[in-house]
Amino acid sequence: MSEKFVERMIKFYLPLFIFLFFLLFPFYWMFITAFKSDAELYNLKLNPFFIHEPTFKNILMLFKETLFNRWMFNTFFVAILATILSLSASLLAAYAIQRVRFRGSGPIGISIFFGYLVPPTILFIPLAAIIFQLKIWDSLWSLVLIYPTFLIPFCTWLLMGYFKSIPKEMEECAMIDGASRLRVFWQIVVPLALPGILSAGIFAFTLSWNEYLYALTFISTTTLKTAPVGLITELVRGDVYHWGPLMTGALLASVPVALVYSFFVEHYVAGMTGALKE
Amino acid sequence: MAKVVMEKLNKHFGEVKAVRDFDLEIPDKEFVVLVGPSGCGKTTTLRMVAGLEDITSGNIYIDDKVVNQLPPKDRDIAMVFQNYALYPHMTVYQNMAFGLTLRKFPKAEIKQRVKEAAEILNIGELLERKPKALSGGQRQRVAVGRAIVRKPKVFLFDEPLSNLDAKLRVQMRVELKKLHDRLQTTIIYVTHDQVEAMTMGDCIVVMKDGLKQQVGAPLELYFRPANKFVAGFIGSPAMNFMEGELLSEQGGLFLQTMGFKLKIPEDKAAKLKSYPEKRVIFGIRPEDLPEAPAAIPNETIEVVVEVLEPLGSEVYLDVKVGETSLIARAEPTTKAKPHFKLYLQPVLENMRFFSIRDEKALF
Repeated sequence: MSEKFVERMIKFYLPLFIFLFFLLFPFYWMFITAFKSDAELYNLKLNPFFIHEPTFKNILMLFKETLFNRWMFNTFFVAILATILSLSASLLAAYAIQRVRFRGSGPIGISIFFGYLVPPTILFIPLAAIIFQLKIWDSLWSLVLIYPTFLIPFCTWLLMGYFKSIPKEMEECAMIDGASRLRVFWQIVVPLALPGILSAGIFAFTLSWNEYLYALTFISTTTLKTAPVGLITELVRGDVYHWGPLMTGALLASVPVALVYSFFVEHYVAGMTGALKE
Repeated sequence: MAKVVMEKLNKHFGEVKAVRDFDLEIPDKEFVVLVGPSGCGKTTTLRMVAGLEDITSGNIYIDDKVVNQLPPKDRDIAMVFQNYALYPHMTVYQNMAFGLTLRKFPKAEIKQRVKEAAEILNIGELLERKPKALSGGQRQRVAVGRAIVRKPKVFLFDEPLSNLDAKLRVQMRVELKKLHDRLQTTIIYVTHDQVEAMTMGDCIVVMKDGLKQQVGAPLELYFRPANKFVAGFIGSPAMNFMEGELLSEQGGLFLQTMGFKLKIPEDKAAKLKSYPEKRVIFGIRPEDLPEAPAAIPNETIEVVVEVLEPLGSEVYLDVKVGETSLIARAEPTTKAKPHFKLYLQPVLENMRFFSIRDEKALF
């Protein structure tokens, strides 16, 4: 038993522990920094891995001296609307490409994927011109509209894979039963693809929540900023880093994403593997 | 209840011709089985009748009405799929009621019909379950139930029993046949299993490479196959085939092949007169190769036994004549042993002859 136990320790638990440490340490760092005063932070004589004199000053500063609440709301607003928009478009696109098999459905599927490959650092220049033309510069609507440009390709591909795993006969049977294509889609395909749709939704939400580049370039009014951009632009003043409030903000901003994941983790995994067991 | 007619039906997938000039008239209330090896076009034909596959050319009539352009839901048909295609997110009841709900039947009638069908199929207790909680045989019943509640004009079955284990398959075979007796509805049934075809169909259509080979009642196909393919496909174990030479000698017509010579009966010899070639393919079923106590010139074949396959009620002997393998059926009391010599006396009246050129039956 002991030999097996040692072997298991070395081969399984040790790598797992190292991996976990690597993954969770930044959160720990954010957490302890949130409760440290500047004096403690910059005192090199203290052990940096522990809190010596906990303080709530950073939290107060974040909520009182910045528009953190507002930024969080903005991020929610944009992420949820962009997710809904992308999901609705991707659902229809993925189904059409996978099952309707119209002329050119294959090339269209591939070209959607190519759209995903163009990096935002190049794309934001032409997109800025479009945003100007639409007169939604410096408005949250610009982000709601821009985020689907990278969300739709990914969601479409994920859902295409998922739709593929739904037996075609099920749809054919429903059609013989008397359902129209649209009804088949709503009553058979969508309920069965729910794990896949959830995965795509979580992914879209997370990506929009964390998005930085477009939010930084298209929004300049402080009240309209999203949390990632707001924290960095307002709490890094010149070369002064307000580490305490910055880390507090980062920690709080990562909570919704963590919650969403933990709620749907089972469906998420099922969606990623495209499993539809009878 | 309806008559189904297929007229010069063709289906091409790009270069591949899946179904070619298929003609068939299915009378009302008949149980027709389309049978053939995989890729013979039987499922494609069924899917064209269902409206799931476009027709390249030709016509399909249901009750004398052309349905070529009609969507599946307007053809008044029901189909049972090989993998059952039950909706996993619905209960058995919802699965069975789905088609009726879509057609806006009153709730009471839906309930009545589902209950009726569930009783016929013995699945009354399962109505609240989801398909996941059912065994293979139960799923099969639900799939059939979903089809019968609609009371369609035509039932289409696409290899519905091939996912069941052997014992259940035999049981469902009988049940489906009983169901047909009870419902009196036209059924088109696709299978690759000739035993299923023989036992279930009123009429069998044998297909190969998209072409219809023969249409007929089960025993008609068995005793009067139209060509070598049908002769080999129908019947298990399959018919034995050999090539031989026809020799017109003193005393009648003889068949000469490696290792033995047989005298062809007078009536068959007369029919073979018009056959222009010298060589011919002849076929004989395993049951027409009984053991003979001793060699009789021009009537028996000397063989070497290779393997015995005892089945209880009968024993199949795998034997060799020269380089050719044959299968013969023997009584369970047979004394045959592997590697020993044996004489078989073919029942020459039941021999079939096929043209060497196109493999068609000669008479």
